[in-house]
Amino acid sequence: MGSDPKRIAALIGNPNTGKTTLFNALSGLRQRVGNYPGVTVETKKGQMCCGGQTFELIDLPGTYSLSPRSPDEMVAVDVILGRQQGEVRPDVVISIVDASNLERNLYLTTQVLELGVPVVVALNMIDVATAQGIRIDTERLSRQLGVPVVAIQANKKKGLEALREAICRAASGAALASQESARGTNAAPLATHRPPFPEVFECAIHQLHRELGEDIPEYLLRRLVLDVGGWTEQRLVAQFGEGIRQKAQEVRQRLAQAGCPVPAVEARARYGWIREVTAGCIQRPAQRAVTWTDRIDRVLTHKVWGTLIFLTLMFLVFQAIFTWARPIMKVISDGKDALAELLRGQLPPGPFTALLLDGVLEGVGAVVVFLPQILILFAFLAVLEDCGYMARAAFLMDKLMARCGLSGKSFIPLLSSMACAVPGILATRVIENRRDRLATILVAPLMSCSARLPVYILLIGTFLTGPGFARWLPGLVMFAMYAIGLVLAPLMALVLKRTLLRGQTPVFVLEMPLYKVPSPRLVLRRMLDSGWAFLRRAGTLILASMVVVWALLYFPRGGGPEQPPYDVRIAAMQKELDDLKEQGRAGGVNSPVNEQGRAEGVNSPVNEQGRAGGVNPPVEPGEQGVSPPRLFYQLLEGKEQQINECIAEWKRQSYLGRMGKAIEPAVRPLGWDWKIGMAALASFPAREVVIGTLGIIYSTGKQDSDEIRNAANVADTLLARRMKEARWDDDPTRPVFTIPTALSLMVFFALCCQCASTLAVIWRETHSWRWPAFTFTYMTVLAYLGALVVYQIGRLLGG
Amino acid sequence: MPSLDQLRPGQCGRIAALTGNDGLVQRLMEMGLLEGEEVEVLALAPLGDPLEIRLGDSRLSLRRSEAARIHVSLS
Repeated sequence: MGSDPKRIAALIGNPNTGKTTLFNALSGLRQRVGNYPGVTVETKKGQMCCGGQTFELIDLPGTYSLSPRSPDEMVAVDVILGRQQGEVRPDVVISIVDASNLERNLYLTTQVLELGVPVVVALNMIDVATAQGIRIDTERLSRQLGVPVVAIQANKKKGLEALREAICRAASGAALASQESARGTNAAPLATHRPPFPEVFECAIHQLHRELGEDIPEYLLRRLVLDVGGWTEQRLVAQFGEGIRQKAQEVRQRLAQAGCPVPAVEARARYGWIREVTAGCIQRPAQRAVTWTDRIDRVLTHKVWGTLIFLTLMFLVFQAIFTWARPIMKVISDGKDALAELLRGQLPPGPFTALLLDGVLEGVGAVVVFLPQILILFAFLAVLEDCGYMARAAFLMDKLMARCGLSGKSFIPLLSSMACAVPGILATRVIENRRDRLATILVAPLMSCSARLPVYILLIGTFLTGPGFARWLPGLVMFAMYAIGLVLAPLMALVLKRTLLRGQTPVFVLEMPLYKVPSPRLVLRRMLDSGWAFLRRAGTLILASMVVVWALLYFPRGGGPEQPPYDVRIAAMQKELDDLKEQGRAGGVNSPVNEQGRAEGVNSPVNEQGRAGGVNPPVEPGEQGVSPPRLFYQLLEGKEQQINECIAEWKRQSYLGRMGKAIEPAVRPLGWDWKIGMAALASFPAREVVIGTLGIIYSTGKQDSDEIRNAANVADTLLARRMKEARWDDDPTRPVFTIPTALSLMVFFALCCQCASTLAVIWRETHSWRWPAFTFTYMTVLAYLGALVVYQIGRLLGG
Repeated sequence: MPSLDQLRPGQCGRIAALTGNDGLVQRLMEMGLLEGEEVEVLALAPLGDPLEIRLGDSRLSLRRSEAARIHVSLS
């Protein structure tokens, strides 16, 4: 057995036929995803055992027909014909069909029959058909079609043994036949039955076959003639020159003259044959029964009720990723911080520990923190998809999205992007059309995500709130920030669809599948698959970008002959501070934090310690009239301030700090000094990092974006006070942060793509560096221009 | 002869012809929208477009621009 080459089976079928369920049922848990160069579709592969043989099972993308109009649609044809690079031709193709909609499903099967590979038809959802009063004579259908037909219920795992046997027999039968033909004996033809095409058509194909050489499969020649402007035509023209287009056109003219014009000739031939084949095999009730789907659809696609239910559902989805995920994300980031704290105590200080804790661990945390949102969104999407609602959602939203050149299927990915672009971009997989999908991916990061919120809250709370400002102003500015994305994303999609992604409007024709109860197993599986795929593919890239930014902020470490490097100095000072606090605790003094630090919202290391209540302060030398505890607090505060100053000095001279100074001329027109420029650069891994970096540069210690979000009054935080006090280096009387500067910074962050995770996911989904690079460039240009316009106008208005 | 997009919800018709030979018409035909088939308009989306139709055992959603290529005789 071991020496036998592995058998290969391919699974093909219309969308909504239970293809994925069957694939999972046949191949079990071990699956992997295959990519092909130049296409965005993926194929899943698994192992299937039957009859003591191992098969590799390839799950081809769901499709209604094999008439490829794009490289993505060509994949299935190429795989079955054995022309896909890196793939061996399958020994058998399993064509899964929906028993409750047999004729339409058999259309694809008739095309598969012409590809010269043994075919097994899996007649799925036989229970649904029975419930509708449709009865199918499987044996007779099998005789008429000329291939084995097995009735199955993939979701209940019924009929799978019979299907496995049939697959095995079909594959061995074919092997036998090919051996016989190699020996020159009488070979059994693979598909004896196939739809008859008009004589004129067959003659023309034979002629083309002779002219172009035998190595082009006959099926592709048929496609050349039948698909006007299709992908086969484009590919063959590239191979043989323009002459071939001419030839195809001549054949089409001849066909039209003979009364069988393209493309009607194909549909008529196939559906005509399907009608003949199924005659006598299918019994239908005289009166079409009113199904559950009819009843449900009356409400769900209703103009008023349908829209209301849709909006409620979308609100729920949005709430789930926006709000429900937050506590879990908090647990993850707290856990990461606790682990870092624990390790920091165990490891010797130095660059290696810093890399491990501030680079790698931070990076891993930044990756894992996305998982709650991704898993929650995909649980919703899988349920909506599996129960059949997704098509209705696309139906309801299509007109709205068509106005910006997209289709209804882009709505949910864009809505999800308002919580986070990463799951939003992953959700674009439901969009079959490549150009629509790309356009959606490229504009999704413009939607205002939750990572921008802390930036808005900090700047609005600090500079646009309080006396002298109207009460409604903060809300209005916040709304305006969200509106920027809501207006620009559709506009940008329209621009992209008219320029870079120009092309024919894709066909929208959408099947509205029967409603059914979603399968928990499938939902769970899709959730885990998406989470795992994100971790594996995008995770590494996000991690790498975090480490790079960490290194740019860490090096050079400074120091010289008379002074140790910054990190060593800081560690020493930290030690002193800790010892002091230890003394204080021994003496029973509360740390100053209890009085002031909390209100300031500063995440100082003191926060966590020295809580024990007590009165006896340690004896410290002090001035007359100042109580010893107060003096002790001042000492602690002074030490802490010293540490923060030292960190700030270190970071300002780091490579990133130098980059900030280098780009100052470029950011000055935006009203920024080099410190803001540096913070913007440092926020490349994620927008909210800008707050932490501002905190470091303004010597407030590490600033957590959650603290800003949760602060009762943002303007009272230490960071806010320091930002208000900030002055220009070359003009110490002029404050850096004015209202126009704050607005320009907000607009910049509303429009920029300072999010390595988004770029990593775009790279992963488009399989190309070009698109993330394009997204980053266009968004940065847009952000710069937006910030420039806002600042300059603001200055003119006298801000 | 009216085209499918001119039918109101609840109206039925028999397909008489499809115009054009491009990818759109090919896709419509592949989905079973052929001459002689009976179709019923079931509903319109909130903004009046696309429309939901019944064809045999399946339900399809088509944009108005697509339905305009399908000519029907009212039944």
